[in-house]
Amino acid sequence: MAQYLVLIYENENDYANADPKVYGEVMKAHDRFSEQWGDAIVGGNALKGSDTATTVRGDVVTDGVFVESKEVLGGYYLIEAADLDRALEIGKSCPARFGGVEVRPVMTY
Amino acid sequence: MTSLEEVRQALDDAHRREWAIVLSATVRVAGDLDLGEECAQDAYVRALEVWTRDGIPRNPAAWLTTTARHLALDRHRRASVLRAKVPLLVESARSSPPADEVLMATEDIPDDRLRLVFTCCHPALAREAQVALTLRLVCGLTTAEIAHAFLVSEATMAARVTRAKKKITAARIPYREPAGHELAERLDAVLTVLHLVLTTGHTAPTGASLSRGDLVDRALDLTRTLLELMPDEGELRALLAIGVFAEARAATRVAADGSFVPLEDQDRREWDRGLIDEGDRLVRAALRGGRPGRFALQAAIASLHTGAPTFAAIDWGEVVGLYDLLGRAWPTPVVALNRAIAVGFRDGFEVGLRELDRLDSEAPALVRYHYLPAARADLLRRLGRADEAAAAYRTAWGLVDNETERAFLRGRLDEVSPSCPGSGPARG
Repeated sequence: MAQYLVLIYENENDYANADPKVYGEVMKAHDRFSEQWGDAIVGGNALKGSDTATTVRGDVVTDGVFVESKEVLGGYYLIEAADLDRALEIGKSCPARFGGVEVRPVMTY
Repeated sequence: MTSLEEVRQALDDAHRREWAIVLSATVRVAGDLDLGEECAQDAYVRALEVWTRDGIPRNPAAWLTTTARHLALDRHRRASVLRAKVPLLVESARSSPPADEVLMATEDIPDDRLRLVFTCCHPALAREAQVALTLRLVCGLTTAEIAHAFLVSEATMAARVTRAKKKITAARIPYREPAGHELAERLDAVLTVLHLVLTTGHTAPTGASLSRGDLVDRALDLTRTLLELMPDEGELRALLAIGVFAEARAATRVAADGSFVPLEDQDRREWDRGLIDEGDRLVRAALRGGRPGRFALQAAIASLHTGAPTFAAIDWGEVVGLYDLLGRAWPTPVVALNRAIAVGFRDGFEVGLRELDRLDSEAPALVRYHYLPAARADLLRRLGRADEAAAAYRTAWGLVDNETERAFLRGRLDEVSPSCPGSGPARG
């Protein structure tokens, strides 16, 4: 077994402009996802909006995300999977209504 | 003693025909692509010595595979690496007997070529990496040969291959055949890679010669092999038909002086009848049952072209109809471009031109694609609009990198603008 991080990138503006009930639907989708893959999910969190992010490079502290882009990191799951195919199967069912997910293997030492 | 010459010949044959069998079965024991490759290569080296001394074995592939697998196992024993710890994931370890047992039964070497192909064409790898890995690992080409075929430096190609292999290990891309529900998507990547190798070989993107026969041969061989292993896959059958039709015409696409001969001027009597018949049989089988896929439709179009006794006899109505279906199954700008040309031959060149003009605005992806201005130039030439044709030929000429195609466009440009020599681009 190996661990993978499923990074959820989405367009925050789309959420801001969406009908309020969309947010509830997305939360439900995450509940279903967690239920479906319960055994494989090691952990995960949703992050507060990118306007709350602070970037540090060396000693320089700046307001904002590390890399400016339309779709920003909004949450993640740490999952356990036998191989990449399984990890991608889980990644494909991860809710990301206004974007997509990146699946990255976790380094083992 | 067998003569060195005979052994070399047998080894060449075994490399060309059976490299993928040897490597794919060795990777399963090695548990790692690099180690598998190394051991397979060592087996070929060892064969030279042993076969010269003891004679060529009855089944060279089995001998090579057994030897390569022994070498891999030895390496693991020496490194005392447990099989469970090897980096590449060989699925269904439970259903396969321990490596030692496998090695006893040389008659029972598993055919792992599909595992190898599907691993090389895994969607988590970039397309160019899929192509490079397939040519290197499945077709047995050297990095230098692949670099030459795609006109990148050997260092660039080596880096590409290394990066792809590293990702396979690091991200744990499994060494297995896709399950039924994944097969369609995964096969599509394999088909795309094969088609890319085939088209790159058919009309090389750059360089002096129009085509690269070695790439076409490799792509056709591999497609035939895969079809034997997956005989129910209609799209694979259709892809083979596309390759076979192109091959049937190959000799007539280039004149004795090396210049390009367009379809219209090719000597149809010189086309390979045997291959065309084979292509037709493949197309008919591929079209049977189910909705035809993008390769079946392309093969059907190729069959209309090769089936017509003369260029004038091509049924353009049928061709356009098939492009309509293809455009729905696979809506790409290139399909739209080819459809527009066919419309020009069916409804008149003016109509075709209007279709091309629409593409200009609707498909910005085609802006660097020389076939678009070349098609416009051809229709304008047929309409006798020489000045506009010359301008379009000039645009196409400036975009094309294959020297044979370049010379052809230059010739057409001279043809439509004889009154003002020197107004065209400089020869070069």
